[in-house]
Amino acid sequence: MAVHPIVSRVDNPPGREGWTVIELRFHGRGGQGAVTSAELLAHAAISEGRFAQSFPAFGPERRGAPVLAFARIDDSKIYLREQVYEPDVVIVLDAALLDIVDVAEGVKPDGVIVINSPEPPAHFKEKYQFKTRVATVNAQRIALNLLRRPIVNTTMLGGAIKARGLVRLESLKQPLEERFGALGARNFAVMERAFEELVMEDAS
Amino acid sequence: MSACVGLSATGCRTFTATSSQGLALMHEILFIVSAMRLPIVMATVNRALSAPINIWGDLSDVMANRDIGWVQLFGNNGQEVYDLTPCCFKIAEDRRVLLPVMLNIDGFTLSHVVEPIETLTQQDFDDFLPPYEPAQRLDVNQPISMGPVGPPDIFTETKKVHDDALVASRIVVNEVLDDFGRRFGRSYRAVEEYQTDDADVLLFTIGGTLGETGHTAVDALRARGMKIGQVLLRLWRPFPFDDIRRIFTGRKAVIVYDRALSVGGPGGPVASELRAAMYGRPDAPAILSLIAALGGRDVRAVEMAEQIENAVRRAGEGEYPAYEMVGVRE
Repeated sequence: MAVHPIVSRVDNPPGREGWTVIELRFHGRGGQGAVTSAELLAHAAISEGRFAQSFPAFGPERRGAPVLAFARIDDSKIYLREQVYEPDVVIVLDAALLDIVDVAEGVKPDGVIVINSPEPPAHFKEKYQFKTRVATVNAQRIALNLLRRPIVNTTMLGGAIKARGLVRLESLKQPLEERFGALGARNFAVMERAFEELVMEDAS
Repeated sequence: MSACVGLSATGCRTFTATSSQGLALMHEILFIVSAMRLPIVMATVNRALSAPINIWGDLSDVMANRDIGWVQLFGNNGQEVYDLTPCCFKIAEDRRVLLPVMLNIDGFTLSHVVEPIETLTQQDFDDFLPPYEPAQRLDVNQPISMGPVGPPDIFTETKKVHDDALVASRIVVNEVLDDFGRRFGRSYRAVEEYQTDDADVLLFTIGGTLGETGHTAVDALRARGMKIGQVLLRLWRPFPFDDIRRIFTGRKAVIVYDRALSVGGPGGPVASELRAAMYGRPDAPAILSLIAALGGRDVRAVEMAEQIENAVRRAGEGEYPAYEMVGVRE
């Protein structure tokens, strides 16, 4: 077997020295494109020569029902086929999910929850008593203005990349074009806009 | 699969894919393909058999087809599946083999994942796998009969020839994997070892889900001081008895993870085979059979590490059962 240098992902050492994997969990509803955005992110990371995985919470999908998708990005080969239980980044495509799903479950202490909402992060911090950082972006408005459709999955990727440097924005260009053809450019534009507009909770 | 039989019999290179209930439905024809020595290649995306209705991954489909007389390989990740596919044709079509080959892929955890794969060029494929020259074919100008009646005076002999051919295919499997490794730099073996040199406990897995997650569990247990290694079974049929005996003899314990259960039988299919391989040997290890990850149940590396530690401890205290279903909710 080709032996790659392996970082233990089980005994997460204090300060996470040597820990290079970034884990993401996407919360959406069937039809909102959570799985697609996880896949686009993985493609972007792979195009940068890194290792990545993306996969949905497998099962029959119903339009409108809460769904999960996952992604991992690492600098070395990923030897893990389990779902993401302790994400670094949580992406919430639909803020109405916050009342029915515990999106903060398992988030790492230095993780971040990125929510599609016009409200400031403090609003959610207070309402749901989140212990980790929160960031918000009005992805709904950006998508309606630029895409003319209330589909925020690609928009939210821009916010997530701003909140936690996952990949270079430009690395999404080709995956978006391959996925959406002529609409790729507009999807890139909404991502850029969300990247600019993201409101990050103060680190304090 | 019946259509594939016809296609292959006329001399075409033939590939198909199936999964779960689809594999169960073609069960009858699978024996016919191998006994007719048709070098069909089939990808099987391993998923559970109903009931209850379950579309998720485990190995109950392939394990119910253990005895169909095909060469059966497992790919542990997307790259392996990609690389092993041309190898399957080369093995199947070798004149010393002429048997169908099944390439198994864990359902969902491998089949529905985006991950990086290094691709080969068309020229690479053409060089590695030249155009197919069938050993024999249905041809109206030179009529032959294929798959005729095999009465009692010949049936046993055909089974003997079939068994001899499948056992001997082992040599060709190794040759083809070596050839692939030399050409493209990615080497595969029938049985892979990881951290086994000084290990007195071995984790034994089949299929990529527990194979790769198990890799991380082994690293964690090593970090805690356990002298553990991992053995990944890539070739399920013909079962590589010689490699298995060489690797497992003299170890203290083997923890075997099966993603299928022989209900009312001896537990996990892979554990059964390992016990058969090691039976009566003086330095045989304790073989601890764990059944997990059925019907898509997610198994975490931390859970595997705990289950392995628990099994080793209980085996040391002499109280481990013939097999155990782990992760069962009370």
